[in-house]
Amino acid sequence: MLKHMLSGGIIAGAVAGAIAAALQFLFVIPLILEAELYESGARVHFGAGSPQSPAGAPPLGDDWARHLMTVGFDVVAYAAFGLILTALMALAARRGVAVTARQGVIWGLAGFCAVQLAPAIGMPPELPGTINAEVVPRQIWWGLTIVSAAAALALFAFGRGVFALVAGAALLLIPQIIGAPHLDTYFGVVPPELSALFAVRSLAVGAVGWAVLGFLAAWLWERGEG
Amino acid sequence: MTTAIKTTTATRADSNLASIVAVFVIGATLLFSAGLAQATALHDAAHDTRHAMAFPCH
Repeated sequence: MLKHMLSGGIIAGAVAGAIAAALQFLFVIPLILEAELYESGARVHFGAGSPQSPAGAPPLGDDWARHLMTVGFDVVAYAAFGLILTALMALAARRGVAVTARQGVIWGLAGFCAVQLAPAIGMPPELPGTINAEVVPRQIWWGLTIVSAAAALALFAFGRGVFALVAGAALLLIPQIIGAPHLDTYFGVVPPELSALFAVRSLAVGAVGWAVLGFLAAWLWERGEG
Repeated sequence: MTTAIKTTTATRADSNLASIVAVFVIGATLLFSAGLAQATALHDAAHDTRHAMAFPCH
């Protein structure tokens, strides 16, 4: 069982991570490279009294080591999510929940809601150069929000009665009402148009990655159990 | 006989649960190193992934 779960989670994660990486290089990484022009000061928004700054991402360039690292860490991150998702599927299967490939897509999208969408409400995806509160308290809020949202979705999916619904709603709301650590000042280093595009695109790529991850993790789980 | 079967089932269930916990812990450890660890080398290498996946980066 251990071997089957490990291989399932890692294979699902590797494929989902590779697909997510391909989509990131098409839609997300160019925006990161463009933002770095503002981070380094090569471009300045609202600089020299002008509210305008030139738009357009620089080419990906030939920094293959950097881009290879990005693909590698995408695969590692999705493999990590794949292992966690497989463990949770196995736990549900132990309690009599049927885990099929079709339902896996819903598992994956639930993972997207818990891991990407819920924390993004308090901490929208950030481009390089964004000035923000200290990282460790934000990481703590991020982690607690994910755990809390995942527990809420589990209560919605598997809980019984009104209490499960109320408790789930509370778990979703409380981290957002407390709010993520933030500064009292806006800096707006990169243009708002670029930040908005980046936030939505990185979430969209995450949704695709998670749907693929959930499908594959459940499919591999189902095959191993059958 | 019945007791023996029950014991076998229980042992298997326990080892399954141990496997589930092990897989979860491996996944969480991997996630920490890829997404959250602040060691400079790790941070720089994972930089674009962290931004693209909206991990709190710096």
